[in-house]
Amino acid sequence: MTTLDMSTTPLREVNVTLQEAAKSQSNSAFEITNPRGSHAVAVGLDGPVSVTIKGSTGYYCAGMNKSATIRVEGSTGPGVAENMMSGEVVIEGDASQYAGATGHGGLLNIKGNASSRCGISMKGIDIVVHGNIGHMSAFMAQKGNLVVLGDAGDALGDSLYEARLFVRGSVKSLGADCIEKEMRPEHLEILKDLLAKAGADAKPEEFKRYGSARKLYNFNIDHADEY
Amino acid sequence: MCGIVGLFLKKDDLRPKLGDMLTDMLITMTDRGPDSAGIAIYGDEAAGSTKITVQSDTPDIAFAGLQAALNEALGTTASVKTVDTHAVIVLPVEKQDAAVSFLEGKGLRIMGVGSSMEIYKEVGLPKDVAARFGLRDMGGSHGIGHTRMATESAVTTMGAHPFSTADDQCLVHNGSLSNHNQMRRKLAKKGVFTKSENDTEVGAAYISSRIAEGASLGQALEGTIDDLDGFFTFVTGTKNGFGVVRDPIACKPAVMAETEDYVAFASEYRAFADLPGIEAAKVWEPEPATVYFWER
Amino acid sequence: MDKTPQTDPRQSWTFSNSVNSEIRRAAATGIYDIRGGGAKRRVPHFDDLLFLGASMSRYPLEGYREKCDTSVTLGTRFAKKPIELKIPITIAGMSFGALSGHAKEALGRGATMAGTSTTTGDGGMTEEERGHSEKLVYQYLPSRYGMNPDDLRRADAIEIVVGQGAKPGGGGMLLGQKITERVAGMRDLPVGIDQRSACRHPDWTGPDDLEIKILEIREITGWEKPIYIKIGGARPYYDTALAVKAGADVVVLDGMQGGTAATQDVFIEHVGQPTLACIRPAVQALQDLGMHREVQLVVSGGIRSGADVAKALALGADAVAIGTAALIALGDNDPKWEAEYQALGSTTGAYDDWHEGRDPAGITTQDPELMKRLDPTAAGRRLRNYLNVMTLECQTIARACGHNHVHNLEPEDLCALTMEAAAMAQVPLAGTNWYPGKPGF
Repeated sequence: MTTLDMSTTPLREVNVTLQEAAKSQSNSAFEITNPRGSHAVAVGLDGPVSVTIKGSTGYYCAGMNKSATIRVEGSTGPGVAENMMSGEVVIEGDASQYAGATGHGGLLNIKGNASSRCGISMKGIDIVVHGNIGHMSAFMAQKGNLVVLGDAGDALGDSLYEARLFVRGSVKSLGADCIEKEMRPEHLEILKDLLAKAGADAKPEEFKRYGSARKLYNFNIDHADEY
Repeated sequence: MCGIVGLFLKKDDLRPKLGDMLTDMLITMTDRGPDSAGIAIYGDEAAGSTKITVQSDTPDIAFAGLQAALNEALGTTASVKTVDTHAVIVLPVEKQDAAVSFLEGKGLRIMGVGSSMEIYKEVGLPKDVAARFGLRDMGGSHGIGHTRMATESAVTTMGAHPFSTADDQCLVHNGSLSNHNQMRRKLAKKGVFTKSENDTEVGAAYISSRIAEGASLGQALEGTIDDLDGFFTFVTGTKNGFGVVRDPIACKPAVMAETEDYVAFASEYRAFADLPGIEAAKVWEPEPATVYFWER
Repeated sequence: MDKTPQTDPRQSWTFSNSVNSEIRRAAATGIYDIRGGGAKRRVPHFDDLLFLGASMSRYPLEGYREKCDTSVTLGTRFAKKPIELKIPITIAGMSFGALSGHAKEALGRGATMAGTSTTTGDGGMTEEERGHSEKLVYQYLPSRYGMNPDDLRRADAIEIVVGQGAKPGGGGMLLGQKITERVAGMRDLPVGIDQRSACRHPDWTGPDDLEIKILEIREITGWEKPIYIKIGGARPYYDTALAVKAGADVVVLDGMQGGTAATQDVFIEHVGQPTLACIRPAVQALQDLGMHREVQLVVSGGIRSGADVAKALALGADAVAIGTAALIALGDNDPKWEAEYQALGSTTGAYDDWHEGRDPAGITTQDPELMKRLDPTAAGRRLRNYLNVMTLECQTIARACGHNHVHNLEPEDLCALTMEAAAMAQVPLAGTNWYPGKPGF
């Protein structure tokens, strides 16, 4: 275990160290102390390393992650794990807006709440939020799964494509073209697997599934009000 | 486009440290706003007195002999404390209007007026602005700071935040209003005039005019959600408290922290990193189109 | 008996046949008109400027013998590896999806032979263009289709797209016909749907957030690559200043004649400022910040010839980008397809239904049969030739004005033919030393 103290180590050095370790497929472990809300911590990792961040981070923590496992023992600022490709990002606290934005793969596991626009334009990532999510979450979400153990805010899944949304609590309102859908056995399987991976204490049967009504997929004048 | 910080103390024992804590928060937000910085600080209140904060680009000339001239003209006993380009004038509350006219007549810029509020703002990096005014040594019950990345209006002292458009009221803003020109014209018809081309000043003037018409601060802040267009996170200060509101889209960042000792606001969590007890604080993001308000 | 004289039938200027046809189309379909290309209305343009040339007071350079440099380096502010181009003309961002794979390959081939860069678009990076482009700029767009760290690292520069001249404030639009399996796969979308792209980025809003986004991208790419910020011609002074404050290495400024793969006609024709009107305010912003030539300015939107290039440079740009002109060089709107344009209800020079995927020239299509009509090698050579001609033309003008580098062209080398152009370009009306708004009169 290597410790990088951000009160004495510049961001550039922290990221270069992590990026080089990741690239060398070293499977090594790092601990980052005193992040103090810094931006762009542990971004662009491309390989199997394990990073534990002791404290809260700023914008874009774990951005574009590939293969690495990043655990934040604190809260994260906007855009955590944005455009993640693979690997796992775990946040012990809360995540700010845009968590997992445009993510292509991997698992983003948020133990606390996520604020607005969680999973915006997601493209294949799996996101599990143990608490609540804010408004406009899964806006234009294309692919992947968003699992919420708590409640969802306004306009969930607005202009949704093929991402699957599972919410255990209440949904304040659904966005345009997002509807509740039947939970079929294959969905229960997906959910069971994701809940297990995220270490979430919940049963698949407690969730409702939301998805795209697919009415906005091709322009139709009768739906013009929803554009 | 900017950085905002705010700190509201629930207990008096931190009062002497207010300026110190706010200064660190402000400097952390330099990247968000390197053009200018400002702070409104709510300090000690002297019974029956009012404070007028003025600014001059030529303070050596403008403030020399100001106290004597003011006292002679108004027949009062005002005190003038010079702080770099600013001066804080304390005088009996009944002389306030006459004093403002007198000071404006001397070509001084009025930063703010109130029984406890003082406003300091200048062009430059936040750390330099803070040092020039000695913000670290200022005490008080609450304060709001702002770092500015100018969008459409000029980088000048008058374009810096906070904006004050009524006694003891101030406003800072992150975002960009899209109907401020129209609102400015509407307010002008009511006799409410702004001094700059800045969109934020219109927001401040809107809130003050609503309050002057009888609305509570809470109602005035509610009103911004319907009447102002664009993207905004507003933090507003009054003599006894401070309020926060975000537009319904709520894209501009905002984070709050609360402990038994204080409520803090910032554009980014980074600004909280040095606050005492932050590890155990309740930290959350204000909801869109929702008014938050704390009062002593 | 004599016939009573009658007035000739007179058509309304306001309600012209073209206007009326649009009203009928709207009434029949209920959807706004979507098309490709840029503004078709006449706006003040580079045509309204002339070079003065040298005679007695200044001395011209000898053509072809006395050197006139055309090289330009983009990204000198922060990037460890700036982009060095042989010519001040680059290829603007155009997406795979909007264009066929062959067309992207041809653009790469032509640009590389001419010593310049090409740019990806909304839809990700393809092997065709990476393989054939020596210098490739990777666009970072609101949709983030196909965005991934590997492509980010194999790009030579990254262009964060905030806006586009054809539609400042608008997002993208690609109709179902073009969302083939390959396009859909690259974009993680279902096949055959209408694809709408967002107008704002999903994870930042405003220059204060953008500064942090740029930090992230630089951290991911080791601070090597120039970061461009592309803005539409909306409020060029403020937008350029804010791009610089947010940390741009290069500002790409696209005026209203800039093209698009597809958007609402109302957007193309009614939003944004002419390219001519955008350059001086942007240059002024750079000068006010002490950043002119430190942060490079690339201008696009209606650049057609070496004269246009020279005029843009004289007004203060460091380079230009071409999109529509490059497509025409490849073979877009070629009269040899006239019969097919007619069959599509269009004609050579007017064909703009790029979003429908039925381009007879095989450029703006994903139809495998149509695509075959474009030979990427031959089309690439045509683009190379065209870029060379523009460069020679630009050099010719620069030499005639006495400059040994095209970057030494200056506003004082120009005069304007119209009051409008004089006001927008802030160069004197021909025969005078005055332009509207000039102080001191």
